[in-house]
Amino acid sequence: MAGMFGSDAGPSSAASNKAFKQNLNKVYKWYTGGFLIFVIALAILEQMGLPRQWIGFIFLLATIGLYAGIGIMSRTTDAAEYYVAGRRVPAIYNGMATGADWMSAASFIGMAGTLYLTGYGGLAFIMGWTGGYCLVALFLAPYMRKFGQFTVPDFLGERYGGNLPRFLGVLAAILCSFTYVVAQIYGVGLITARLTGVAFEIGIFLGLGGILVCSFLGGMRAVTWTQVAQYIILIVAYMIPVVWLSVKQTNVPVPQAIYGYQLQKVTAEEKRLTNDPKELEVREIFKQRSATLTEKLKDPAVALAADKDAATKKVADLKAANAPMAEIAAAEKALASLPKDAEAAKKAWTAAKAGADTKSKPLNGMVPHANQFAGDPKGDAAAQKAYDVSRRNFLALIFCLMVGTAALPHILMRYYTVPSVKEARESVSWSLFFIFLLYFTAPALAVLVKYEVFTVLIGTPFDHLPVWIAEWNRVDPGLLSVTDINKDGILQLNEMSIGGDIIVLAAPAIGGLPYVVSGLVAAGGLAAALSTADGLLLTIANALSHDLYYKMIDPNASTARRVTISKVLLLVVALCAAYVAAQKPADILFLVSAAFSFAAAAFFPVLVLGIFWKRATGIAASLGMIAGLGTTFYYMVTTQPWLRSVFGVTSPIQLWWDIQPISAGLFGVPVGFAVIILVSLVTPAPSKKIQDLVDHVRYPNLKSA
Amino acid sequence: MGNMELTENHRQYWRKNLNITAILLAIWFVVTFGVGYFARDLNFTFFGWPFSFWMGAQGSLVVYCLIIWYYARYMNNLDIEHGVQETEE
Repeated sequence: MAGMFGSDAGPSSAASNKAFKQNLNKVYKWYTGGFLIFVIALAILEQMGLPRQWIGFIFLLATIGLYAGIGIMSRTTDAAEYYVAGRRVPAIYNGMATGADWMSAASFIGMAGTLYLTGYGGLAFIMGWTGGYCLVALFLAPYMRKFGQFTVPDFLGERYGGNLPRFLGVLAAILCSFTYVVAQIYGVGLITARLTGVAFEIGIFLGLGGILVCSFLGGMRAVTWTQVAQYIILIVAYMIPVVWLSVKQTNVPVPQAIYGYQLQKVTAEEKRLTNDPKELEVREIFKQRSATLTEKLKDPAVALAADKDAATKKVADLKAANAPMAEIAAAEKALASLPKDAEAAKKAWTAAKAGADTKSKPLNGMVPHANQFAGDPKGDAAAQKAYDVSRRNFLALIFCLMVGTAALPHILMRYYTVPSVKEARESVSWSLFFIFLLYFTAPALAVLVKYEVFTVLIGTPFDHLPVWIAEWNRVDPGLLSVTDINKDGILQLNEMSIGGDIIVLAAPAIGGLPYVVSGLVAAGGLAAALSTADGLLLTIANALSHDLYYKMIDPNASTARRVTISKVLLLVVALCAAYVAAQKPADILFLVSAAFSFAAAAFFPVLVLGIFWKRATGIAASLGMIAGLGTTFYYMVTTQPWLRSVFGVTSPIQLWWDIQPISAGLFGVPVGFAVIILVSLVTPAPSKKIQDLVDHVRYPNLKSA
Repeated sequence: MGNMELTENHRQYWRKNLNITAILLAIWFVVTFGVGYFARDLNFTFFGWPFSFWMGAQGSLVVYCLIIWYYARYMNNLDIEHGVQETEE
């Protein structure tokens, strides 16, 4: 069994690679079959009365146990195996592993939800997170493979000479990977908690166990083979509910081809709902609430005192009138839940007002699904400006996500693991193909769920609402809550608050599928989060142990020592990340997106110029990375509300060309390019040795002809 | 690495690589930012979808896949044509 995922023995030859691939095909075919049988068996057990909680536990333990098993089978202390899986991963399997590495909790759980809430605007994520692979394929992957070391900072260190570029690379790699891994571990905790009902913090550490046993024992080798297994689970889990919904709504089992017609129906429904008298009634009530809150916010202290008096009086009156205990308790609760002081009242009311403002808009504040951009190019000046700004930000976000994708170290590192340049090129095709399968489907899921909500759910009497609404409400009212605002006993769109994260997780329930599919989807989300966390932790630990320790501090360290240090660091970094995630940091989604802007600004210019421009010099590279990262960081800190509060920035927000802080990389990337080019031109050209290195990476095989 | 003097053959290989890279990058740019910029105007119905919505959600993804697939194929052939392919061990 130990040889199933390759042995530690010697360099790979073409023939042994082929046999290895055939063996893998067999293993994963059996694996997929076994997994399907496992799910079917659970489905049968469910019909026979297996409780839901059990199904959740079985899914959790079975999948984490499986990943741990692969980790144990792939354990290694060999450096090439530990850092780059022995460089013998066939293109297609590296593609699958990259797919799982790439698709995080945000892609699996969040993407369809974002599309549901924002419609066309959300497509920036779909295009950004796939189109970036064109840049990987054209500019980076084949050359990085030819270079053939272990990490991205390795390349910077060799190409630009000296420790400064390498050190900056280590810093930037840690900066983007760490923010990203915190979000993954947070997702792991959330799903584990949902799946089994344990506390969030315990969920984090359960998931952490699954991550560690795998990457700790076998490094890149274990992570690669686990990621392939995780990809298979996550793609099966994603497809089943979508296909089901599609068959249910259209009788066609290919949602990706047919949902255009559902989109047309959704658009028609949107028009109807916008002018529906009942919806207007609800919106009017929210408008009044907002007006009341505006009044209160003019002098929060006075308003709060008045509220307190009123609530106290109500309690006293009820008690005096010998009202039922339940009513008195409710009134006391209302009194107790009033804000403590004027400051707290201001905060709470401002938030409540923002909520009421959104809910007084048509369609619960959502833009019509198919609408490209806000505003109107043919409208008045304000509408024209809104259109312009919205379009500009859409394109800017795509740019940052694409360039960031092409520069994230944990993705680039994967292309070191294939046997050859040729396979590296093919591997990028496979990567994008496997990612494409999910991203191509997410927009369909969003539209199908929206159709279901608009046509089936809206207009249902409150006492006939499906069970899953109450169930999700119990899990977290922030994700899903319904209140009969206008007291007509019927659900209106604006009476429902829905969080994006619920769309994928609740899709099986929305479609009326058995609970085992919900469990499967949760297991898929877990696989997505775990696989990304594995890759990221490995990137951070390797940057520290290989680049910082081995290359910069102790070049004489033995291989075994380096791998051991890497493993210890992995443990430390994982615990740090789990600790941060357990604090439930406020703006986690922003942090993830910020990682893309940081990666884009720090790595993309320096890597691309390093390959395509021999004249780029070491000093220029260091300055370029600092300038790019610095610009991005400066823009975010001065414009993003949460970062402003962290760094205590009080100056008024000055947006450049109305670009949102999430797209700060739009400025960092060109600054990075400009600084490298300008400084290179005024510094002496790189040595012959480095120019030869550039030629070396440009040609798959450079023999003196 | 050793001593390597680039021959005309090598330079030609690199020029062709740069050319195909530029062409594919241009296609990538038009599909992403061109269609994105004119999204409002490209609103005609395409199998049920507004065209630019379909492009954003499906069409551009297909083009990206094709770009990468074509590049891999083209370059792997170019390697052989110019004798810089990796030797089988």
